[in-house]
Formats: sequence, structure tokens, C-alpha cells
Amino acid sequence: MLRLAPWLITALLVGPILAGLAMAALPAFGYLPALGGDSLSLDPWRDLFAQPGLARSVAISFSSGIATTAVSLTVVVLFLAGASGNRLDRWIRRMVSPLLSIPHAAAAFGLAFLIAPSGLVSRALSPTVTGWERPPDLLIVQDPWGLSLMAGLVVKEIPFLLLMSLAALHQIDAEHRVALARSLGYRPTIAWLKVVLPSLYPLIRLPVFAVIAYASSVVDVAMILGPTLPPTLSVSLLTWFNDPDLSRRFMASAGALLQLGVTLAALASWWGLECLVRRLGRGWMAGGQRQRGERRLRIAGKALILLAAITALVGIAGLAINSLAGFWRFPDGLPQTVTLQHWQRALPSLGGPVAATLMIAGTATLLAVGLVLAALENEQRSGRQPAQGQLTSALTLLYLPLIVPQIAFLFGLVVVMEALGTRPTRWLVIFGHLLFVLPYVFLSMSEAYRRFDPRWSRVALTLGATPNDAFWRVRLPMLLAPLLTAMAVGLAVSIGQYLPTLLLGAGRVSTVTTEAVALAAGGNRRLIGVWALVQASLPLLGFIIAVGLPRLLWSNRRGMRGTP
Amino acid sequence: MSLPRTCHALAASLPLAALLASPTTLAAPDPGDWQAVVEEARGQTVYWHAWGGDGRTNRYLEWVAERMQAEHQVEVIHVKLGDTAEAVSRVLAERQAGNDDDGSVDLVWINGENFAAMRDSDLLFGPFAEQLPHFALTHPEHNPEVVTDFTLPTDGFESPWGKAQITFYYDSDELDTPPTSVAEIKAWAEDNPGRFSYPRIPDFTGSTFLKQALIELSDADEALYAPVEESDFEAVSAPLWDYLDDLHPHLWRSGRQFPASGPDMLRLMGDGELALAFTFIPSEPAAAVADGELAPSTRSYVLDGGTLGNVHFVAIPYNSPHKAAAMLLADFLLTPEAQAHKQDLAVWGDRTVLDVSRLDDDQAARFELDQDNPAMLAPDALEQTLAEPHPSWMDALQEAWQARYVGR
Repeated sequence: MLRLAPWLITALLVGPILAGLAMAALPAFGYLPALGGDSLSLDPWRDLFAQPGLARSVAISFSSGIATTAVSLTVVVLFLAGASGNRLDRWIRRMVSPLLSIPHAAAAFGLAFLIAPSGLVSRALSPTVTGWERPPDLLIVQDPWGLSLMAGLVVKEIPFLLLMSLAALHQIDAEHRVALARSLGYRPTIAWLKVVLPSLYPLIRLPVFAVIAYASSVVDVAMILGPTLPPTLSVSLLTWFNDPDLSRRFMASAGALLQLGVTLAALASWWGLECLVRRLGRGWMAGGQRQRGERRLRIAGKALILLAAITALVGIAGLAINSLAGFWRFPDGLPQTVTLQHWQRALPSLGGPVAATLMIAGTATLLAVGLVLAALENEQRSGRQPAQGQLTSALTLLYLPLIVPQIAFLFGLVVVMEALGTRPTRWLVIFGHLLFVLPYVFLSMSEAYRRFDPRWSRVALTLGATPNDAFWRVRLPMLLAPLLTAMAVGLAVSIGQYLPTLLLGAGRVSTVTTEAVALAAGGNRRLIGVWALVQASLPLLGFIIAVGLPRLLWSNRRGMRGTP
Repeated sequence: MSLPRTCHALAASLPLAALLASPTTLAAPDPGDWQAVVEEARGQTVYWHAWGGDGRTNRYLEWVAERMQAEHQVEVIHVKLGDTAEAVSRVLAERQAGNDDDGSVDLVWINGENFAAMRDSDLLFGPFAEQLPHFALTHPEHNPEVVTDFTLPTDGFESPWGKAQITFYYDSDELDTPPTSVAEIKAWAEDNPGRFSYPRIPDFTGSTFLKQALIELSDADEALYAPVEESDFEAVSAPLWDYLDDLHPHLWRSGRQFPASGPDMLRLMGDGELALAFTFIPSEPAAAVADGELAPSTRSYVLDGGTLGNVHFVAIPYNSPHKAAAMLLADFLLTPEAQAHKQDLAVWGDRTVLDVSRLDDDQAARFELDQDNPAMLAPDALEQTLAEPHPSWMDALQEAWQARYVGR
């Protein structure tokens, strides 16, 4: 049974993605009998390239993929290089999980409220510093170059890359390397950059690729912060797919393939950048320079990561203020009146979506955890662990859903479902979420599982326990803390899903995320504040439980409470 | 009476026939037999696909759902759309996939070009509207707008629900005399750069502004009320593009960005970014003042010569599995109770489609508007309503606008 787990996971993930891509590829060349397309043609592509502003859409999607990743990675690397374990560094590390749990959409709303011409920053500085009596006519949010979109993504991708790096650092014994380099006279930050980074990067390469793919094809954040005339390619795709003129679906399919191409091009360019940096960096690394830039790099790393963390936190505080605001004239820093009216009005309509969100997230996470545990346990028993950092197992395919843009295969999947006559249901949505929950649960669970000291199980076996006993009574209880963390990650990923819920649920399944994003067009900040805050607090609950429960259960066993 | 009985006897004696006949039990309910409709509806769930971009509207729909549950044991679920076109696309896709009797849309909030598109493709159930018990209260013989949708007769395929009319509003603390025509708006925008805008096309409020401007600027009004193919689109619309080319540099964000929707413009008014805006819901500014979203000094008005107005409807897709409950809901929406609640400023403020002058006094009293609210329109302001052009103009204008202003 266990032996089937990796194959089941692979089939579960790869099947729908391939089917979805195939059903995007066929209509892209004019073949979709249900819509009267029964011969191959290039017309969909001609229509696509005739769309106004297409080149711009593509350029924004591409550059958002590259720039977001480059900035986030640089900030994370500089912070880690300069981190010395003082109080500030520990605080930042502790903030990683809560920041990671903020759904993308809520963080985007928070940023929009913060940096808009009538946002919190502008209000705080007006009129004393700026002299503005009314909001300046500046194009900041939804700017045509996608800068606010990239900023919103950077704020969210930094915690993700930081968490991935922290996990990977365990594998390469960073402290010893730095100590050795320092004994040769290198300053700590320079030492880290020269001896740790080159070994760390290959370990976090996949998460980096996932960030590129995500940033070049995201939909919900782009709807909130992205440009509008034209929007990013992914947002345009959504409009074409929903057009009452069904012949546009051929063009939308061609667009989905184009999106895949844009993401792949971004990945390829990144690979080119890697080569360039490697070549340029070699001279610097071997040059023997031990001190130059130390201070500047260390300060930059700290300042930038603090800026990102504070932006996210103040953004969330801004949501909270907005959700309580009465009339709030510019440039008042705080609302003239405070009211609970928005919460009271939203309360009756919150129940359904909150329940649906938790039910979907809970089910998808439990399924994912079950499958991941089965696969990892199989790995342990068969003794076939992939070498550290190497990706040789069939499970490599696990990362496919993180690399292939959601929007490229979900449309095809909807067409498949429609052709099969499947009605949109909650189960379909859960299945869609599972595609994205599984890889993240695996990512956060596998490290702890593989590092678990095998002697514990061996002792259990020599005492006469069966392998199952050893699993249920030794391994699982001892791994409770990482297990709960993985579940919290799974919940957070599911709660944040917008596109799979929208497309596979046909709009009938409404979660806090779809509700919050749907409100974006209405622009009612107070209502958005309420919904985004609820959206942000649900995954946080998961993390609080994940940290609190092991401490409660293992209050008499310090080693099993997990590291905070 | 004898025919159904024979069928019944046959079906009972032949299980196969019963199987074959089962689709006929799913046959559309007959709106003429209202009692049967009410009984069939009980226990059904209506998936009502309706634009969900406005909090006030959504709250009214929640109230409707509560009342339908209490009164008729019908569950109403509001599927919130970003654009009504999504529902049209869904029904069309379902028909293409051969799903003719178990569609996912039971009722759709619709008018204009989306209604025209669904009628053209035979995607609607009907006629049913004129047989709804409360439809008579609209008195179509005196109010032809409740059976006409963007120049097209509704033929009973959609039931009227509410009335909208373009209404401008401004902050009287900032602005003494607002511009009262499309031409004056341009002159005003030149003097007050960055303080006016309109929602990004294809938003329906934004598209309506284009039509409003076209009606005032062009001399070819007759052409606008016939299909666009029958006239020279380039020539008729040329004055509009000249106007917009001149106007855009003086708009909010210099016309490089536009508000997402009518409610988004309201937010920008509340933030003080805009000084002049418009809405499709005449009482919205007054309601927003009450909710603390707009300054108390907000005032409403309509342009000289009137503004575009239309009626919005609800329709039932041909493949809805819950037509009885959908009809019952459409009828409930026409009851004086539901219409008066909808018009209440504290709720939504959408104007009634009932002919209030022909209601009995008790019921008519529920529709009296609160004229004390200074943000409300003057009572006679809505007397001049411009009729909507033919729906094909909407599509043509939207496409031309996007080709002109997107990606430049």
C-alpha cells in the first residue's frame, strides 16, 4: 500500500496538469468540437496578437516574474549573510511564519491602502510635510509599469524564500563554514556570502523557480495592484475566458499557452542570469578581498527586510483601521468617527464563506498530509532516500504545480470538466486546492522527516514493535511539531487560493478569498478591510495552533515542543 | 384532465415508459398555473447570478434570501459576478457541452446587451414574466419601459426589477455650480484637472457615460436606436472620440488610469480625489452620506436635457433545473414589500418598477422618498430620462474604446 503513495501523488498532480495543458493546446490551434472548431488553424493566434496592448501585458508579466524574484532573493540573502543572532534577527525570524500566513490578496489590499495617494503614508505626511490638502493626482497603485504589483509580491515572497533558506541552511552546516572563513580573516557577512551562499543556492533553487512562475502569472494580486490598461496577461486571460462571445475561448486558449511561454521564458532568462552571476562572482569570490562592503551589505540586508516586514504589518493594521472607519476625510490620519457598523453588516454574510473556506482547507490539508506521510514513510522503510539536495525521485514532479502557471492549465481543466459533464462542486474545488497544498506540505514536512534520527525507530523495532507501531507510537508523536507546522502551511495555501476556487467552483463555491477579491472592483475600503482581515486571520489561527499545541501536549518534554 | 391520468396509468404499468417519461416530469413549470409553481418551488435552491460589486446591493439580496426562506422555503444563493457576461458565457458553455436541463444558473440579473445576446442564442426560458401575479402592478400599458430593454421588446423573457438613471454628484463645499452638460464637463475638467473621471470600459457605468456623451455630441440620434450595422459607426461616433481625446488629459491620473466601477468612483469621491462623479443609482450619494462614505456636503443633480436611464431585469436560463423557484423569486421581487425595501435609502435606494400612482394608498405610502436628505435629487429631476440606444452600440463602443485607449 505504502509503496503506491509516491505514484498516487505523482498521478494526482501530473494527470490534471497534463490534461489541462492539452485542453488548452488543442483549442489554441482551433480544435474544440463542442464549440464548432473541428479543424486546425492559426486563427486563435492571429486574434490573440491583434489584441490591443498585448505586448505590454506580456512585458509586465515577464518583468514581474524576474524583478520580484531578484529583489526578494537579494533581500533574503543579504539578511541571512548579515544575521548575527541578536534580538532583532531573532524577531525577524520569528515573524516569518505569521508573515507567510498572510494571504497574497490581503497583503496586496494592505499595501494598496498604504501607498495610494490617499493612503495611510500620504495621510500621515499631509499636510505637514507634503503640504497636500487633498490627495495628489499620482499614479501609484496599479501603475502602468507594474511596480506596485511587484512591490506587493516582494512583500509576500521574502518570507517564503527566507523560510525555505532557513530550512536548507540546516543541511550545509553554515556556522562551521563561516567560522573557518573568519579564521582566515574574512568579515562575517563577506564570509557568509563567499562560503555559504554558493552551497545554499542550489538547495533553494526550486522555491526560487516557484516564485518566478507565481509572480509572472498571478491573478488575484494583479487584479488588486496590477496595471489596468492593459492588465497583466493572466488577468486579460480571465476576461477573455469569461467573454459571452464563446469564440474568444479559442483565443483565450492561445493566450494560456502564451502565458506558459512567458513563464518559461522568465525561467530561462533567470537561468541565464544565474550563469552570468556565477561567472562574475567567481573573480570576486576568489579575489581574497576580506572586508570591503561588509558594513553596507549588513545594514542593507537588515533595513530592507525590516521595510518589507513592517510594510506588511502596517498594511494589515491599515485594513483594521479601515474596517472600523466612519467618514474619513483626507488628510486626517485617523477616521473622524469609529463604527462597528461594517463588521455588524458583514457578520451575517461571513458565516457561509468562512465555513466553506475552513471545510475546503481542512479537507485538502488532511488529504495532503496523509499522502505526504505515506510517501515519506515509504521512503524510510524502503531506505531509498534521495541524496540530500538531489532531486532524483519521482516525487520531483511534485513541484510541477508550482512551476506551471495555474491559469495555463486550469482553463483546460474546466473545459475537460465541462466536456465530462461534471457539475462544479466543493469536491472539485478541494481537488483543485490539493494540487497546490500537496507540494507545500511536502516541502515543509520532508526535511524534518528525513532528518529524524533513525535510531528511535530501530530501538522500537528491537523492542518488538511492528513498523506500523513504530510509526504511530514513536515517529508520529515525536514529529508532532513539524507535522502541525506543515498542516498550518497547507491551510494557509488553501485559504489563499483564488483562481482554482473561482474556476472549478464556477463561482458557486465562495470562500473568504473569492469574496474579498470580488470586492476589489467595488473599491469600498471599509468592507474590503473587514473581509481581508478575516482572510488574514484564518491562516494565522492555524499557525497559533501549530505552535501552541505541541507546547501544551509536551509540556513535560522540552525536546519535543518544536523550535519556535 | 384525462390526458395526464392516462399517462400516469401507462407509466405505472410500464417501468421503461416511466424511465423514458422522466424527463417530462422535469419539464418547465407552467407560469399560468401559479399554484403548481408555488408548490413545486418549495424546497428548491435558486442560484442567483448577480453582479456583486456593491455592498448595499449584496445586503439587499441577503434580505431577499431570508424572506424567501421564511415565506416559501426556497433557498436563495447569491453567486457574485464581476460582470454579468460571466453568467452568459457559462450558460452558453453548458449548452455547447450538451447540458440542457441541469444548468448552474437559475436566475440572472440582466439587461441590455447581455439580454440581447441570450435572446439571440435562445438561452432564456419564457415567456413567463407577464404571468407573474405581481407583474400587473407595473402597469406596462402606462410604463412601456418595463417591457422594453435597450429598444428591444422583452416579450416576457425577463421580469423587471428596478430602475437606474445616471445621476451626477459633487461636494458642494468645493464646487458651487457643477457642469450641466457633457460639453460643460470638458470645460470644467480643463479648469479643474484631475478631479473627474469615468469607470474603465467595459464597466457598465462607464459604458453608459460613453453613450450619454454620444447622444449629446452626435446629431444622428435616430441611428443610435437601430442596430449599429445599419449606420456608419465611424462617422456617427467620430465626435465622441474627438471629445474623449480632448477630455482625457484633464481627467484623474491624466486619463492613464480609470476607476474600476461606479462604487470605486464613490470611494475616490470620499477620499477627495474626485470632485465630480456619477452613479447609476440615483439615491446612492444620499445613502453613502448616511453611511459615512461621502461628505455631508454632497449634492446630486442630473444634466440639462436629461440623462440615460434604464430598467434592469431578472431572467431565467433555459436549462435552469429550478425554474419554479426562480419564477417565485422573480415574483417576490415585484411585491410592494420587496420593492419598497429595495427603495429604502437605508437599504439600497434602487427605484421601484411598480406604478406607485396606481397602488392603493397604504402601499403607496411605503414608497415615499425622504426628501429632507440634502444629498437626494430634487423630486422632479428624474422626469427627463433618455432612452438607451440599441444594445449593439454598447458592444461597438466598448470595442472601439479599447482599441483606442488600451496599451498606449
